[in-house]
Amino acid sequence: MIQIENLTKQYGSTTVVDRVSLCVERNSIAVIVGTSGSGKSTLLRMINRLVEPTSGRVLLDGADTRSEPAHLLRRRIGYAIQGHGLFPHRTVAENVATVPRLLGWPEDRIRARVSELLGIFQLDPALYAGAFPHQLSGGQQQRVGVARALAAEPGVLLMDEPFGALDPIIRAKAQEDLLAIQRRFGTTVVLVTHDMDEAFRLGHRVAVMSQGRVLQFDRPSVLLTQPADPFVARMTGISDRALRLLALTTAGEAAVPGSSAGPRVSASASLREVLSELLWSGATSATVLGEDGSARGQLDVAAILARGRP
Amino acid sequence: MELRLAITSHSARVDPLGLLLTAAAAAAWCCLPFVIFKSNRIMPGEPRALQAVLPPWGVIGLPAVLLLTAVVALGIADAKRRLIAALGAIVVLALAIAAAANALTPAGNRIVRVAPGAAFWVVLICLGLLATDAITRLRPRPLARVLLLAVCVGGGMLALRYGPFGNLSVMREYAVNAARFPLELRRHVLLAAGSLIAAVIVGLPLGILCHRSPRLRPPVLGTLGVIQTIPAIALFGILMAPLGALAGAVPAAAALGIRGIGAAPAAVALFLYSLLPIVANTVIGLRRVSQAAVEAARGMGMTARQVLARVELPLALPVILTGIRVVLVQNIGMVTVAALIGGGGLGTFVFQGIGQTAIDLVLLGAIPTVVLAFSGSVLLDALIEVLERTPSAGREAAA
Repeated sequence: MIQIENLTKQYGSTTVVDRVSLCVERNSIAVIVGTSGSGKSTLLRMINRLVEPTSGRVLLDGADTRSEPAHLLRRRIGYAIQGHGLFPHRTVAENVATVPRLLGWPEDRIRARVSELLGIFQLDPALYAGAFPHQLSGGQQQRVGVARALAAEPGVLLMDEPFGALDPIIRAKAQEDLLAIQRRFGTTVVLVTHDMDEAFRLGHRVAVMSQGRVLQFDRPSVLLTQPADPFVARMTGISDRALRLLALTTAGEAAVPGSSAGPRVSASASLREVLSELLWSGATSATVLGEDGSARGQLDVAAILARGRP
Repeated sequence: MELRLAITSHSARVDPLGLLLTAAAAAAWCCLPFVIFKSNRIMPGEPRALQAVLPPWGVIGLPAVLLLTAVVALGIADAKRRLIAALGAIVVLALAIAAAANALTPAGNRIVRVAPGAAFWVVLICLGLLATDAITRLRPRPLARVLLLAVCVGGGMLALRYGPFGNLSVMREYAVNAARFPLELRRHVLLAAGSLIAAVIVGLPLGILCHRSPRLRPPVLGTLGVIQTIPAIALFGILMAPLGALAGAVPAAAALGIRGIGAAPAAVALFLYSLLPIVANTVIGLRRVSQAAVEAARGMGMTARQVLARVELPLALPVILTGIRVVLVQNIGMVTVAALIGGGGLGTFVFQGIGQTAIDLVLLGAIPTVVLAFSGSVLLDALIEVLERTPSAGREAAA
């Protein structure tokens, strides 16, 4: 659990982060979203003390982060940044092994962990362990960056616009991978982005920041239905907030018993996707299929529309 | 069809560098003397015609070999053949000049001087350029280049030592100075390398400091830049007074050999000249390192020293080494001037030769200096390339 208490950062007379308090539950993903200059990166970098706070404190599982030297603290916290920041003169395996080496793990444990991580990130160790970063595609480099951040099995992973440099298709894949990895390891993730769609897609809870302050920190559906502030409403998007709300619920969650003659949709599809499919095919209802391919129920247009209202 | 295409494209295209070198060599061959005969070492020389000095095999053979080489240089693209032709022609040219010297020197006479004429030097330089161009086109690996250099320099030295070159004027001067030559050579190398090492020891940390503190950068680089503009002779003069005073005030310094003239001001001046390229390249090299990599290194828990040693310096190293290469070549040349204030080195021969209007003695100092500088440059280039094979920040930026 990460408790941020009254955290403030001032450079001279400018206040970049202004008395921010929030609490990130263990095993959850918190996304900090805001425009550029909102102080979101500075807030993130104060968690691992790349930036030292002017006042306030951060508790990691109850312990003040200032109770140990900064570089030792950082070795316990994963850190992934935009543009991956891989070391160009080191191989993929050496890059991933960075923090375990700093921690003095035995070589065979490091080797095993590197192979395991490369496998998880769909990079065949036989092909990629000895490759240099410039020999990889952008998506692969980004995956190595996240693998490197997770190498020493940190309980907390900080990510600063990790997918900012990726094209839309690879970015969607990287987001899915992150969700899967987070479920697998139960890592507590704090991720900074300026992309509201990404925030809603990844965040269990989303903090909206503006001018150094956190305006609202809550579940995505609450941000959409009960924005605390006109700025939050603007950020979450008034014009298509109903569709954004639909995007937060899957067909599986909304399905009711019964069957339909309409198109078949996957239980993992969002209501937004199901609605689009119904509009396209001209049908009024759809059959929802589980992962095994069996029918799990049905959805009609009226039920979907009802979920698009607060 | 393919073969014919290849042939026509071959014969159609005249190699531009080959054309330039052939034109230069041909012009020199026609207008300039090949051999100069002097009745003693300081007399002005008189040119001698080729047919008057060379045995029959040389009168026909040398122009024939040079013509053949010109044909290769103009029309054949294969780099290996171009290299073989150039090196072969250099050997023949050297043998011809030695034969000319031996033919012109009466037996037992140690007074007359037979010097290579301007045509010889121009043709030699053209052949040397042809050879280096061919080597560049072959793209040999760094180790192969170093080996090639060792073979050429070693072979040249062995040939001069045991070959038929003893009657050439430069070798005559060498024979007179044979005892001093190795001493001055060693002194030359020590002065150049010693001031370089001292400059690296001081310049590298200074560069790192300048990179860390933007406020320090302009005054440091500015001061070093001003030093760079002081002419070498003037800097020697400026250093004489403080070093002389130091020697007078501190007996220990005098005991170490520090004096107003001699090697001490030379070493200090070379050291000062060396600082700018090393500090500037360290700053540029460090600035070129990917900021994302440095940020990631800090974020993962490296200490400042670990970031420097494991990320920043390895990535900046090729640029820093380029600076060191510049300094090495610059120093080897500049040590020559140090002879003026008693610093020793190969410059001693140059200035003695100028004083005695004995151009052969000047060459005895100048030619080894050029060979030293060239060798140092090849060695460091090879080292830089080996280090760049493991990809650097620059390649990442390009990718």
